[in-house]
Amino acid sequence: MAKLTFHGVGIKAMSACVPPDVVYNKDLGYLIPEEEIEKTINSIGVAERRIAADDVMASDLCYKAALQLMADNDIDAASIDVLLFMSQTPDYRIPATSCLLQHRLGLPRETMCLDISLGCSGYLYALSTAFAYASMEGVNRVLLLDGETFSKIVNRRDKVDWPLYGDAGTATLVEKGDYGDSTFMLYTDGSGEDKLKIHAGMRNPITPESLIEREQEDGNIRNDLEVFMDGMDVFNFAISKVPKSIKQLLKETGKTIDDVDYLVFHQANLFMMDFFVKKLKVDSSRVPYCIKKYGNTSSTSVPLTVSSELAGKLEGEHTVIMSAFGAGLSWGSAVMQMRDCKVSPVIEY
Amino acid sequence: MNLDQFIENFADLFDETDPDTIQANTQFKNLEEWSSLVALSVIAMIDEEYDVEFRGDDIRGSSTVKDLYDIVETRVEEE
Repeated sequence: MAKLTFHGVGIKAMSACVPPDVVYNKDLGYLIPEEEIEKTINSIGVAERRIAADDVMASDLCYKAALQLMADNDIDAASIDVLLFMSQTPDYRIPATSCLLQHRLGLPRETMCLDISLGCSGYLYALSTAFAYASMEGVNRVLLLDGETFSKIVNRRDKVDWPLYGDAGTATLVEKGDYGDSTFMLYTDGSGEDKLKIHAGMRNPITPESLIEREQEDGNIRNDLEVFMDGMDVFNFAISKVPKSIKQLLKETGKTIDDVDYLVFHQANLFMMDFFVKKLKVDSSRVPYCIKKYGNTSSTSVPLTVSSELAGKLEGEHTVIMSAFGAGLSWGSAVMQMRDCKVSPVIEY
Repeated sequence: MNLDQFIENFADLFDETDPDTIQANTQFKNLEEWSSLVALSVIAMIDEEYDVEFRGDDIRGSSTVKDLYDIVETRVEEE
């Protein structure tokens, strides 16, 4: 069991950036029968999403979010020791996007840069990595950039995925300081590799045929370079694993759900989050949602929810749980004693 | 486990379908209101009421409400 506890490191600041272009799910008449659209919107909880322009990448959204964070908190670029970029939609296959961002953000050449690739659970894993580096002797500050542009890898005629996903980029600054304990519990079940997948890659080499759109299960259209999700099995996975893992995290840290000021879920879909709230018997006013405005932004959704819903609310001391789950299958939660975390409101680029 | 109770729990998941029209031998995928979203609520209901895991293939492989019930009953007995 990967249970990680950190002392004397914490999140100093967070920020987020979304594209200005709004796509409304009420306009999905070409994909979903008109009489089912409203029901679908109410169930998944996504009314609208932000979609990046063709020339805007996850790294661009993260870059803007990082500049905002550095400006709002008077952070000198030279003080950043480690830059992490978490994404499954990087600029290139080679080189790592974190290297490009080091140069673009004007970080010193002494900065260590690393890309992390994981699905919707990615922020929890990347944040634990940031905490781990910040705990090391020789590292004071870690800048974690988590961004996704799933609009570039989801087919617009895939009725399982297209109504859900939106694009965003975020920045999280982790540093040494007088912070209380943070505990992460992280889990994996690779037997579910086929439940959420892009087929083409190295094992199934990309050929001209990979780009051909084909009718798949239930009339969904996609090519081999686009995301497939088995909605029912992913749902079953999440409802059977996530509430249990949060209960275990509380038990391991000697806390109860009533000790938690905010519980931030990966914004997978509203029906699922409502199920978690019911199952965990948590006061729903402590569970912030931004899915209605921004959809499911994959690993970016946890920090985006903080920036969207908790800006100005994390001054002082707060106990916060973050929880996410997705492709792999992979899931995890963290409970943090947050102190004076400066959250910038969401900006557009 | 009780079949009538299961049918009632199943019928509760629908907004517009008359509960009386849902029987053990109802081909649930032919119901006008059936959708992939209702399928998710079936999985959630089975988790909540019976505390067993229900997979996509269980729904894909079932035709009638009784087929769903039989799978749940087997899982409950295995636990």
